Amino acid sequence: MNAYKAIFRIQFTNSLQYRAAALAGLGTQFVWGFMYVLAFRAFYASNPAAFPMTFEQTVSYIWIQQAFLALYALWAYDYGIFDSIESGQISYELARPLNLYNRWFTQAVSNRMARALLRCAPILLVAFVLPAPFRLVLPADAVQLGIFFVSLLLATGVTAGIVMLVYVSAFSTLNAGGTRMVLSSAGEFLAGGYIPVPFFPEGLRRVVELSPFGAMQNTPLLIYSGYLTDSALVQALALQVFWLAALVLAGRLLMKRALGRVIVQGG
Amino acid sequence: MKLYMKYFSMHIQSQMQYKTSFFFAFLGQFMVAFGTFLSIQFMFNRIEGVAGFSYEEVLICVAVLGMAFSASEWIGRGFDRFPSLLGNGGFDRVLVRPRNEIFQVLASQVDFSRLGRFIQSVAVLAYALPRSGVDWTWDKVLTLSLMLVCGTLLFCGLYVVYAGISFFTLEGLEILNALTHGGREHGRLPFGVYGEGVLKFLTYVVPLALVQYYPLLYLVGREESVTYALTPAVALLFLLPCYALFRFGLRHYKSTGS
Repeated sequence: MNAYKAIFRIQFTNSLQYRAAALAGLGTQFVWGFMYVLAFRAFYASNPAAFPMTFEQTVSYIWIQQAFLALYALWAYDYGIFDSIESGQISYELARPLNLYNRWFTQAVSNRMARALLRCAPILLVAFVLPAPFRLVLPADAVQLGIFFVSLLLATGVTAGIVMLVYVSAFSTLNAGGTRMVLSSAGEFLAGGYIPVPFFPEGLRRVVELSPFGAMQNTPLLIYSGYLTDSALVQALALQVFWLAALVLAGRLLMKRALGRVIVQGG
Repeated sequence: MKLYMKYFSMHIQSQMQYKTSFFFAFLGQFMVAFGTFLSIQFMFNRIEGVAGFSYEEVLICVAVLGMAFSASEWIGRGFDRFPSLLGNGGFDRVLVRPRNEIFQVLASQVDFSRLGRFIQSVAVLAYALPRSGVDWTWDKVLTLSLMLVCGTLLFCGLYVVYAGISFFTLEGLEILNALTHGGREHGRLPFGVYGEGVLKFLTYVVPLALVQYYPLLYLVGREESVTYALTPAVALLFLLPCYALFRFGLRHYKSTGS
């Protein structure tokens, strides 16, 4: 356990070094959030009753989404891992007395957390002081906020679990670019990265809510905005725990199989 | 031009060597564009129109900016990758060759996987055109072509700005992505929808609205004046400062020495 704590610390401080990059990304994310808010304002202006969420809820969804984007972004990968698999560097990793799955998982989670930590504060700060209809509002009570953070952690774990499957798939294809491309585009949409999942048509929405994609950014963001309450909230949290366990289990099994067959090419 | 065609076919051949990865990159591009389309589709399942624009009219926006953006990425990729060309010293080789630098940078990359988005956008356009209720007389066809051509050139201009700035910073300025990728992503709605401030910025500072919002007003018959049809051509004036910035950067170029 101590080893993983050390990995976490190293990765975390490493990622914290890239402050300039985080700052540059911030501007883009802020523009992005603001344009989404304005687009939704136009949609709500034509018929406010037509949508499943109130405008205020949608605005909160968008700002929180931008603030913690790094936690559940499906396009963020550690390219070093792909390189090490393709180049054969992986053999050094295998010689270490650490479980490779746990190591990479820790690495993925700590990177995401560090990046989110760097970026969230300025975005939240600005979003909280914006004029009224565009402002990010705090949840009604502290309990809701607490559940939001728990769900956010679970969402990070589920995302890391999916990303781990992509790493493992790189063992068998040696070219994970394809899986990566398709997953990050389709997955991002299904997870609610373009429009929140409640805006989907009924049938698709039900399927997505049960799938791992619904257990990523969708759940914490809807908890924060107050859309998910009572039994729906409990069910969503349970699904997050289930998918986290299922993905980690599947990832470990597949990795064990892949490592059993691994052939390091060249010396 | 002949030389460019040679580069062009060279890039086709090299990218076709890796058919699977090309296919997946192509598919990925297609899906990203499809996500944009679906999000519009799902929103319009619930409402009739936004700020007076119908579903089909909005789809014209989605398609035009999608096509212009992917075409610019397809041919203008060299400028998008320019920071790495500077970083690895490849630009020194460009300078010693007896050809125009802009031409060489342009020819250094042609990314065919971008056709995935392009084809998706063409399909959306093909769906929206007959249903939009626009009477396709020759002047409207001309307006639409102007939107496409000038839109592509405008995005290319933004890449040139990106490259010009990287002469000084040696790495890309990510905030410019908010204009290129953001222009494409948020241009799925007519820019007028975003309110006065945004529209003014996109008219006078970075004239993306000139290739999308104003000519669209003419297309759908909200404005009769021909001035609106010709606004995309005015947007081309933006290319002058882009070019000037690149030349200015070029004069201050210092090799990284590697």
